[in-house]
Amino acid sequence: MNEISRDIAATAAAPFAGTQDAAAAPSLARKLAEVLTASRVGTIGAAILLAWCLLALLAPWIAPYPPNGIDASLMAYPWPTWRNWLGVDHLGRDILSRLIWGARTVLTVAPAAVIGAAVLGTLLGLLSGYRGGWIDALIMRVGDVLLAFPKIILYLIIIARFGPSAANIIAVITFTQAPIIARIVRAVTLDVKNRDYVAAARMRGESTLSILLREILPNVRGPLIVDFFLRLGYTVIAIGVLGFLGVGLPPPDPDWGSMVKEAYGMIFVWPHMTIIPAAAISSLVIGFNFLAQGLREAEIDG
Amino acid sequence: MADVLALDGLSITHIGRRRSARILDDVSFSIGEGEAFGLVGESGCGKSTVALAAMRYLPAGMKVSSGTLRVEGRDTATMSDNELRRLRGSRLAMVYQDPMSSLNPVMPVGRQLIEVPMLHGERDPTRARERAIAMLREVRLADPEAMMSRYPHQLSGGQQQRVVIAMALMADPKLLVMDEPTTGLDVTIEAAILELVRELRRKFGTAILFISHNLGTVARLCDRIGVLYAGRLVETGPIRDVFKAPRHPYTQGLLAALPSLAAHGARARLTPIEGGLTAADRGRVGCAFAPRCRHAEPALCATRPIPLGPVPAGDGAHMARCARLDVAGLPDQARQRSQTARAPVPGGELIDIRGLTKRYDIGGGLTGRKVTHVNALTDASISVRAGETLAIVGESGSGKSTLAKVVSGLFPASEGHVRIAGADVAQVPVGDRSRDLRRRIQMVFQNPDATLNPSHTIGYALERPLKRLRGLPTRAARTEAARLLERVRLPADLLARKPHQLSGGQRQRVAIARAIAGNPDLVIADEPVSALDVSVQAAIVNLLGELLETSELGLLLISHDLALVRHMADWVAVMYLGRIVEQGPAAQVFTPPFHPYTEALLAAAPRPDPEAPPPAVLLDGAMPSPTVKLAGCPFASRCPRKLGAVCETTPPPVRASGAHTIACHIAPDVLAATPAA
Repeated sequence: MNEISRDIAATAAAPFAGTQDAAAAPSLARKLAEVLTASRVGTIGAAILLAWCLLALLAPWIAPYPPNGIDASLMAYPWPTWRNWLGVDHLGRDILSRLIWGARTVLTVAPAAVIGAAVLGTLLGLLSGYRGGWIDALIMRVGDVLLAFPKIILYLIIIARFGPSAANIIAVITFTQAPIIARIVRAVTLDVKNRDYVAAARMRGESTLSILLREILPNVRGPLIVDFFLRLGYTVIAIGVLGFLGVGLPPPDPDWGSMVKEAYGMIFVWPHMTIIPAAAISSLVIGFNFLAQGLREAEIDG
Repeated sequence: MADVLALDGLSITHIGRRRSARILDDVSFSIGEGEAFGLVGESGCGKSTVALAAMRYLPAGMKVSSGTLRVEGRDTATMSDNELRRLRGSRLAMVYQDPMSSLNPVMPVGRQLIEVPMLHGERDPTRARERAIAMLREVRLADPEAMMSRYPHQLSGGQQQRVVIAMALMADPKLLVMDEPTTGLDVTIEAAILELVRELRRKFGTAILFISHNLGTVARLCDRIGVLYAGRLVETGPIRDVFKAPRHPYTQGLLAALPSLAAHGARARLTPIEGGLTAADRGRVGCAFAPRCRHAEPALCATRPIPLGPVPAGDGAHMARCARLDVAGLPDQARQRSQTARAPVPGGELIDIRGLTKRYDIGGGLTGRKVTHVNALTDASISVRAGETLAIVGESGSGKSTLAKVVSGLFPASEGHVRIAGADVAQVPVGDRSRDLRRRIQMVFQNPDATLNPSHTIGYALERPLKRLRGLPTRAARTEAARLLERVRLPADLLARKPHQLSGGQRQRVAIARAIAGNPDLVIADEPVSALDVSVQAAIVNLLGELLETSELGLLLISHDLALVRHMADWVAVMYLGRIVEQGPAAQVFTPPFHPYTEALLAAAPRPDPEAPPPAVLLDGAMPSPTVKLAGCPFASRCPRKLGAVCETTPPPVRASGAHTIACHIAPDVLAATPAA
């Protein structure tokens, strides 16, 4: 079977091998565009995310009302109207404005948390995989202990102890996600460290740090980027869940999870107050997952 | 009587997500009953696709776009799935390259063998079992009864492949398709398997489609041959005719590119085929080989499809697909190897290895307690002088790569000395060596896919060692990197490329450039060409030869390929089970007296010559486990010339005649009486 794939690969790679004057490495922008259009799923995901990012970025200019502005007079008819496109919530706040401002929160907290987890996890994974021995055992076992807890309980314990705030949510997600990322990085490191180019780097006397960062880390990038976007999706859910459980970002600032929580008691009376923010969470998660899927397909295509 | 397998104008297209590629293009050949047909070609030429097409087992995305494939006269395209399954089980059988992936690891081999007749109408399990045992005996496996209850991982690679062959023959097929069946195996095992296949073929009258990249194995086994290039059959005919008078320039090139075991081949330049492999391509009209062909004439070769036609002055069975058969068939200067022999310049001693030993401890579980150790290298003593090529030959597990890694400092030695530039570095890992010592020894690795970091450009790969080993500033390193590329005959614009944009041969050239970047004294090349295609191999071998001629560089060549070693080495050491069993100047090692192991290796080496006699010595069994400490000669358990108990109890004496030493109990004059292999 692998002979076959080699046959195909050779056929596909040969145009490069033969022609010496092919264009040099394409520009980053072109490469990005190529990756994003490699699969339809990826393009859809990227479009959803781009839309949310633009809304969040332009919130002060495009949100029709202040997000926390209460107008009790609207409570008489909270359904979507020409004035309030998505209706108002139980306090008479404009849902569309709250969604747009809420996007700001989720789109800063989630990436910050996942970046934190990725940095910590990558460092631990590189060290663990490259060094092996007791360092590896220690890092992996501590990670196992963290992973053995149901995550949601871990979130609740830590946030109950330190109080709900954006910084604490970021910290708790960083610490609970890092072990998983460390495992992925460690697996790649274990493979890559035995490659000949690492031996060649050792033969020219590169330091361990240089080998980890220059020779191994760039090769971890592929699997890590796909995982990064998948993990962003999970984190958006996690933030939503925390908001729903009442330990999310403190009110009154808009947070999608909290919006669902505040309104779900009225779901049979005014379903739009619950469904709209829930749909916003879903769309963001779907956007991240689609993008991850698209990146994976682009990777397979080479 | 219909042919067992007949391909008529078969074309296969792979439909990809972005583009489609023609994998096979108008391939026609047939295999008569009991005939062995060899299909040769380099990687990517589509030869494995032929095997899968023959089994009608094409993976998703591959489609037969035109042509037919008949098995015993029946077109397989018209068969239903059920008929195909019956066909695969009873008329066709396949042997793949990797026996481990053909066997189910969780089932004893006996049960896997019994399954075959049970699936094909046998009702009585005892009878099926008897047949399985009989078949294991046929494939020359010792103690077949015990073998039945073993699991695949308990068998050696050679034994596994024998079991796979037995399994294939259990269904009594008309055609056996063998796809690189010996490629992963050592030469001695390969020779034994080929001998077995020859014998079984005579006995069972099974037709064979033998697919290989190795002209030597095909020459040993087949009656007819087909040469595949970029998805097209470029030449076909009776094996003797094709080897004696190849008519297609590609076939000629393949044969000329091989290093030869014959003494006169030593150090001469090989004749590589210029350029890289051409891809199979839908759009191409003319000859796929034209871009690399010396005889190419655009008006003739590129404008119209070229049919496979009988060669002039042939009997009609020998055919070639070439528009210039009138000129291409003639022998010319390029086929005669240029004899610009390099005079060996024995310089001062570069590196001296004394009593080098490496043991790996195998730890046990969580407690980290040492359970046992592997003796990877035992008491090796050898030296390399400036400008000299020392070759270490041996099969896998012989310790030759361990020797390379200990000398390079990637692993520290357990005992012994490695002296270089007045320092003993045996126990000093490379990270603790001084910059000057690191500079002196550099390495070229085997696998072109892993030798360069896929994330970095070629420029980076060359500039780093220039900075680290020679302390050059960035700008100087950049110009020097371009100069290095020139030394390995690559264009400077490759500096901005990533490894995946280069062919295997180009990558290996970059690896050589990287190794010589620090002006080393000694380059260790661990199987530098064994992962490359024949046509590319020759160019790399020539490049290494050129570099050696123009510098004082010493080369430590690790290889399993005797012909390559014969071609390149000044001094040869033969290793078995971590020990050097024979060493001396190349000319003496390749002529009697031989160590019995060297003799067996030479006999087993595949020769691209259908007239070559079958190997006189065939080794049985497998290399003993390196965890056991042996009292006597390491080769005693497989030695065809074993004297008796003395071989197993006493270490063999190392006898020297001049510079040539052999570690063997047999008296030198008796060894000297061995005819040259």
